[in-house]
Amino acid sequence: MSTLSSEEFLEAITKVKESKDWSSMSQIIPYFDYLGLDLNQTDEEIICVLPKNKRFVGNPVLPALHGGIVGAFLESTALVHMLATQEVTQLPKIINITVEYLRSAKLEDSYAAAVITKPGRRVANMRVRAWQGDRNKPIATASANFLVS
Amino acid sequence: MSDSFDITQIQSIIDTGIPQCGDIGVKVTEMDDRGVTMMLPYDARFAGNPVNGVLHGGVITTLIDSASGMCIYVKLKKYIPIATLDLRIDYLKPATPGEDLYAHAYCYRMSKQIAFVRSVAYHTDPEDPVANSVSTFMLRSTPTKPLNVAASELEEK
Repeated sequence: MSTLSSEEFLEAITKVKESKDWSSMSQIIPYFDYLGLDLNQTDEEIICVLPKNKRFVGNPVLPALHGGIVGAFLESTALVHMLATQEVTQLPKIINITVEYLRSAKLEDSYAAAVITKPGRRVANMRVRAWQGDRNKPIATASANFLVS
Repeated sequence: MSDSFDITQIQSIIDTGIPQCGDIGVKVTEMDDRGVTMMLPYDARFAGNPVNGVLHGGVITTLIDSASGMCIYVKLKKYIPIATLDLRIDYLKPATPGEDLYAHAYCYRMSKQIAFVRSVAYHTDPEDPVANSVSTFMLRSTPTKPLNVAASELEEK
């Protein structure tokens, strides 16, 4: 894994924003690459995809994805949404996140989308929602605060 | 499978029974009445910041969620099925790149159906934490077999 300078990082993010090729985010952020995160931008929103992967299992009996992975996926979705919609001069820093687990996450592809509930000058508040087969049956939701400057 | 609760036994259950924990390499380092401590070895694959190699919050969530669930098993001395209901994390300062991260978790209240847990993540001093968390877990979340039984079955396969 090569490390980037701050300038190279901002350049890479700007490039992604211009091309709207969000799937290349995984080449920039190592943990996104570990998750195998894929991103689809539609006219209205960015949907993050967490591909089904056995190594993400936390409960082998059901089986169900690890709660930490679900939390990580929601946090990553929030960050992508921040990068996509806000002017960024640095990587937004997460302050806190509260994850509510609503259903057990099956060993399937998962999807998530975020909205900014308040785009403050210093702090942005977001809501994130993840689902699997049916968007109306969320597996988890989260609210998160990011420091933006 | 014995019902004893020692670190070696719990570690082998984690390695085979919780694939995500095995994959990121978490280890149980301490376990007693005051809770459980688990360690995540630093790995550049888990960096969220490509500029300085600081860990992504997500992998800290996984470490904290794992330690938090584990401290319930240790308190009960039983591997009943549990599920995280909610988990809040405050990220207090960036984890130091290259350093192993520890999470200590303590179940401070257990009712019939719900367990309430606090956890801190730190490098060397719990008084100088990287992250702080509170979480709740549902007990006997599914009518399925206990984790130690599942893990030993997986091992036999």
